[in-house]
Amino acid sequence: MAQDEMIELVIIGGSSGSLDAILKILPELRVDFAVPLIVVMHRNISSNSLLEEVLASRTHLKVVEAEEKEMITPGYIYIAPPDYHLLIEKDHTLSLDYSEKVNYSRPSIDVSFESAAEIYREKLACIILSGANADGTKGVVYASNVGSKIIIQDPAEAIVPFMPEQAIVQTSVNNVLSVKGIISFLNAL
Amino acid sequence: MTSTAGKIEWEEFENLLVDITDQYGYDFSQYSKASLQRRILSFYLKGKFGGYQDFKNRLFSDANFFMYFVEEVTVNVTEMFRDPHFYKGLREKILPILSTYPFIRIWHAGCSTGEEVYSMAILLKEANILHKSLLYATDLNPTVVESAKSGIFKVSSMQQYSENYISSGGQKDFSSYYRANYNLAKFDEELTSKMVFSTHNLVSDSSFNEFQLILCRNVLIYFEKKLQSRVLELFDKSLDNLGFLALGSKESIKFSSIASLYIPFDTKEKIWRKMK
Ligand SMILES: C[S@@+](CC[C@H](N)C(=O)[O-])C[C@H]1O[C@@H](n2cnc3c(N)ncnc32)[C@H](O)[C@@H]1O
Repeated sequence: MAQDEMIELVIIGGSSGSLDAILKILPELRVDFAVPLIVVMHRNISSNSLLEEVLASRTHLKVVEAEEKEMITPGYIYIAPPDYHLLIEKDHTLSLDYSEKVNYSRPSIDVSFESAAEIYREKLACIILSGANADGTKGVVYASNVGSKIIIQDPAEAIVPFMPEQAIVQTSVNNVLSVKGIISFLNAL
Repeated sequence: MTSTAGKIEWEEFENLLVDITDQYGYDFSQYSKASLQRRILSFYLKGKFGGYQDFKNRLFSDANFFMYFVEEVTVNVTEMFRDPHFYKGLREKILPILSTYPFIRIWHAGCSTGEEVYSMAILLKEANILHKSLLYATDLNPTVVESAKSGIFKVSSMQQYSENYISSGGQKDFSSYYRANYNLAKFDEELTSKMVFSTHNLVSDSSFNEFQLILCRNVLIYFEKKLQSRVLELFDKSLDNLGFLALGSKESIKFSSIASLYIPFDTKEKIWRKMK
């Protein structure tokens, strides 16, 4: 099980209802929050760049759309662009991939979680938020098997509980936290 | 990749790439590893081999099987008028310039199954310049090139393509460009007659002509930086002065060696113009 102080990357996955949680979490992050954060959210292609602007207005961290070959850097929040899978390379750079959809989703949370876990292992924290899709579950299982820290949003609190529920059922993880708990966890990193 | 399926060890994965280059001459060593590894693993798992050794034996003893492997581990996903605003940019900003030339040569590098090439031919036809154009369509995979040549696509995709076409500024009835037969749509011979198809490997093959426009969309994202730069140099060699280079919406020449010779022509749509 990962020691929290070792965490070098946090990746957040969410689908419908997750924006609400993210908008609550971001403004509460410590001013000197220094762990890079990746957000993989299912989103409408036509809603395009708006998401970055919305998130940027809630945080002092730099919010950018993930670009291919970009080095993962503390102080940044990377948003997976619509219609591409986001993967992580061994040298801690980002890669984009237009492969087939996974779980009807591109970006797929499974793809990003697995890829990040493969590289960061016990230095990774995966947070799974609200959503109506089973995407993310396989990723959580994989990540937890290689020693990554898993945090699941409390389904009782999630706007759409299916995704966190699936993650709980499919894994032995019992790290179920409210948005408040997720904020405290992040600020303690 | 150990025989306990489900994982690829980096070392074994890298050895596999070296062996492939040795035996078949296809060099994937400078591809972005995360995507390639994911696809090789998923190919391996789907194939239900009796272990990793069995998979390797098959791969290195059966050339046809190897070609199938190449086709599966490279990403061939494509669409007609994908990113409609890009095609709108071509229509409104690039084609009016090209139409002043006596003869237009266009290269689609990494054309996959050809949807992009047929989209371009439709734009050229609507601009009344198809007759003086030649579209060179190349890809690494012989199978997708064959498929592109046939001009046959699934009828079930036409609804989506028609919507894309309209968003790109198309004003005709999209279905007037093909004939539907059961679940297949065959595009007009007039479009195909202006296309030249060939296999071409951007890693190892050289420049073969001079073009006024080169499109290479959603191919460079699969290459590491060094290879991206080399391929961009190949395009630079193959492009006329004042020629245009169009990349995919997430790709850029920004950090490459050719950047200083080009000006951004349409930054949003990732089109550059050669200024030398
Ligand atoms: C995702 S498709 C892009 C298709 C189309 N250009 C588009 O944007 O929709 C990528 C294509 O690049 C091809 N490709 C990959 N490596 C290549 C190489 N070394 N040389 C030429 N083509 C390559 C693949 O076979 C695949 O058909």
